[in-house]
Amino acid sequence: MEMKTLVSCVGFLLLFVWLSPSQALYFHIGETEKKCFIEEIPDETMVIGRYRTQLWDKQAGSFLPSTPGLGMHVEIKDPETKVILSRQYGSDGRFTFTSHTPGEHQICLHSNSTKMALFAGGKLRVHLDIQVGEHTNNYPEIAAKDKLTELQLRVRQLLDQVEQIQKEQNYQRYREERFRMTSESTNQRVLWWSIAQTVILIITGIWQMKHLKSFFEAKKLV
Amino acid sequence: MAGSSSSWLLPLFVQVVMMKVGLSSASELTFELPDNAKQCFYEDITIGTKCTLEFQVVTGGHYDVDCRLEDPEGTVLYKEMKKQYDSFTFSAARNGTYKFCFSNEFSTFTHKTVYFDFQVGDDPPLFPNENRVTALTQMESACVSIHEALKSVMDYQTHFRLREAQGRSRAEDLNSRVAFWSVGEALILLVVSVSQVLLLRSFFSDRKTTTTRMGS
Repeated sequence: MEMKTLVSCVGFLLLFVWLSPSQALYFHIGETEKKCFIEEIPDETMVIGRYRTQLWDKQAGSFLPSTPGLGMHVEIKDPETKVILSRQYGSDGRFTFTSHTPGEHQICLHSNSTKMALFAGGKLRVHLDIQVGEHTNNYPEIAAKDKLTELQLRVRQLLDQVEQIQKEQNYQRYREERFRMTSESTNQRVLWWSIAQTVILIITGIWQMKHLKSFFEAKKLV
Repeated sequence: MAGSSSSWLLPLFVQVVMMKVGLSSASELTFELPDNAKQCFYEDITIGTKCTLEFQVVTGGHYDVDCRLEDPEGTVLYKEMKKQYDSFTFSAARNGTYKFCFSNEFSTFTHKTVYFDFQVGDDPPLFPNENRVTALTQMESACVSIHEALKSVMDYQTHFRLREAQGRSRAEDLNSRVAFWSVGEALILLVVSVSQVLLLRSFFSDRKTTTTRMGS
């Protein structure tokens, strides 16, 4: 009896995973339009992005459930604008990366599929889901792998959350230092600039008077 | 063996089913909105779900954006012009696709970076307690309340980070402007003083010819 429920559960699970559409936010993107999203994250943070694309079918007047051959190019840049991931995925994709420097990471998606040209007025619907940090953890999986009781799993979740908060606060300290350095630099620059301005003014004034005096003396007007 | 593995399999199955049926989701994105542009996002929501839309403008101009939330029939549930930050909670009255749009059409040349957080439904429970008839133990309910408190801490941290990013980008702008301005002004000063002298010299050169003519 137990084995039967087990098998039917697994069967249902697989069926659901493959057949039902995932519920996520979606937006529309043009043919060669590039859509970029910014994720400001501390270092050593994992980011998992999942997307699903649907093509607008003009004849049917609706979006096709899935179109094979449609591809999306995913490009991820780190805070120093260095490309850390640049890959072509299919119409459904899952990309993941871990940040090594804290800061603003840019995730860009664009479709460079030639198939869209076949459907005039090609509009692409993109379902997107980006999970950051402790949201990437799959708790039932962790519970199964480490054989945790319910209470242990809850505590593990709390530990992950606290770790994420700590990382964010560390990042906050780094950002505040940058802000302070920028302000100090502005302060210095304003100081030097005002001194330099005054000096330049005085020097040019003296030069002007000297030059004109010698000019008038030469002209025998003084 | 079958007993221990099925004890976690059933909750896992229920969790996956619940996730797929879309009873809850949370989307948090930061994107750039160019000038005169409008960006819309859509989500399918089932009736009776409590949803929250929160947005904040991170960089750009006067840090304001137009926001509009519509239900599947097209009725406007929320509409605000030139808002910097807001949070809107509503309960879905209908099944269907809800649409929310951010518009920067009033701006002529400033790009805006907008952050939004769209929460649909509550978070999926960690362990759906199918076999439980009793309430959570004290330890478990303490864990749940700590979890909620930490979630709100992370939410505040996010908003603080965005405000700090705003301040920092303004400071960096100021820094670069001061650098350019000081160099530019020094150059202008030199150019103006030299040209003043040259112009003055040119006045006296003309008068010299007239005086010599009058003298003779």
